[in-house]
Amino acid sequence: MKFSILVSEGPYTHQAADTAYNFTQAALEKGHEIYRIFFYHDGVNNGTRLTTPPQDDRNIVNRWSELAQEHEIDLVLCVAAAQRRGIADADEARRNGKDADNIAAGFRISGLGQLIDAGIEADRLITFGD
Amino acid sequence: MSKRFLYVNRKAPYGTIYALESLEVVLIGAAFEQDVSLAFLDDGVFQLTRGQQTDELGVKNFSPTYKALGDYDVNKIYVERESLEARGLSLDDLLPLTYEDEDDDWAEKDSIKLVSAAELAEIMQAQDVVLSF
Amino acid sequence: MLHTVNKSPLDRNTLESCIQHALKGSAVLLIEDGVYGAMQGTQKSPMVESAMKAVSFYVIGPDLKARGIDASRVIDGIDIIDYSGFVDLVAKYDKTQSWL
Repeated sequence: MKFSILVSEGPYTHQAADTAYNFTQAALEKGHEIYRIFFYHDGVNNGTRLTTPPQDDRNIVNRWSELAQEHEIDLVLCVAAAQRRGIADADEARRNGKDADNIAAGFRISGLGQLIDAGIEADRLITFGD
Repeated sequence: MSKRFLYVNRKAPYGTIYALESLEVVLIGAAFEQDVSLAFLDDGVFQLTRGQQTDELGVKNFSPTYKALGDYDVNKIYVERESLEARGLSLDDLLPLTYEDEDDDWAEKDSIKLVSAAELAEIMQAQDVVLSF
Repeated sequence: MLHTVNKSPLDRNTLESCIQHALKGSAVLLIEDGVYGAMQGTQKSPMVESAMKAVSFYVIGPDLKARGIDASRVIDGIDIIDYSGFVDLVAKYDKTQSWL
């Protein structure tokens, strides 16, 4: 079955990103397809490579990046939400006159239409948030 | 084939960003020609109240945007009666949301439909995709 | 339909609202802080026990364990499942509504 996932909270403050990750892992193990994981609201903070948790803690951002690489999962940060919260790729940084970008590997920035498309194309859409 | 999308709004505006960013999804989603409905229940009914003035907060008052939903063909707006009553509100306290019905010589009609919790449960069940904010 | 709830019923009305909108034959899955809703002997247990006549209840085991809630404290009839079981529920029911 084809799943899409919406993550609406940032890492560490709320459990949503952990639950979404555990769910995604379990779905992949069972042979399901993950059509897209869309990050909205503070969820876009899952996609900054500047995250530096203590060594004995999980690295939530790296975990997403590794998952994307292993399973070719489409990780999408909402552009409007990302701009508000200071998450940018090279293009976005240039366009907005910023001196750096911070997007993590495996993520891309795109519009909210990608969330609607995820709902249309997948068999199930499940939201993890607060 | 289009899908039935329901946007569920249960949170009050301004205290958190969910109401505003939910509205942004609805406006973008309107371009996808799906069958769209909005539900307002619990504190979500506060999103639709009249008289919101945010200038002293220094944040944008986005409540006028709800009035534009009709122009985006988003005209199935379900407000839960029990949630309104629990908050001492009635329909008169809410923004007048209307649309022009193209099947009825563009007559102006109310977008807001007052429904009971039981009716809203059936409406939720009838959807393909439920997005909660 | 599958409903997920991630708030403690002792803190928020999320579970109560979910139960009011869960039709007969649907399922409620308690996740994250929602797992406190699966405990016996709380002020909110009767609400859950009453809802269980029409709706199936599930709870995430790893979330219970993390919070030190032993399985023996869970209301009889609530199924304790893992993430694999979570995936199965999402697949089994035609849609999921997250009560946030």
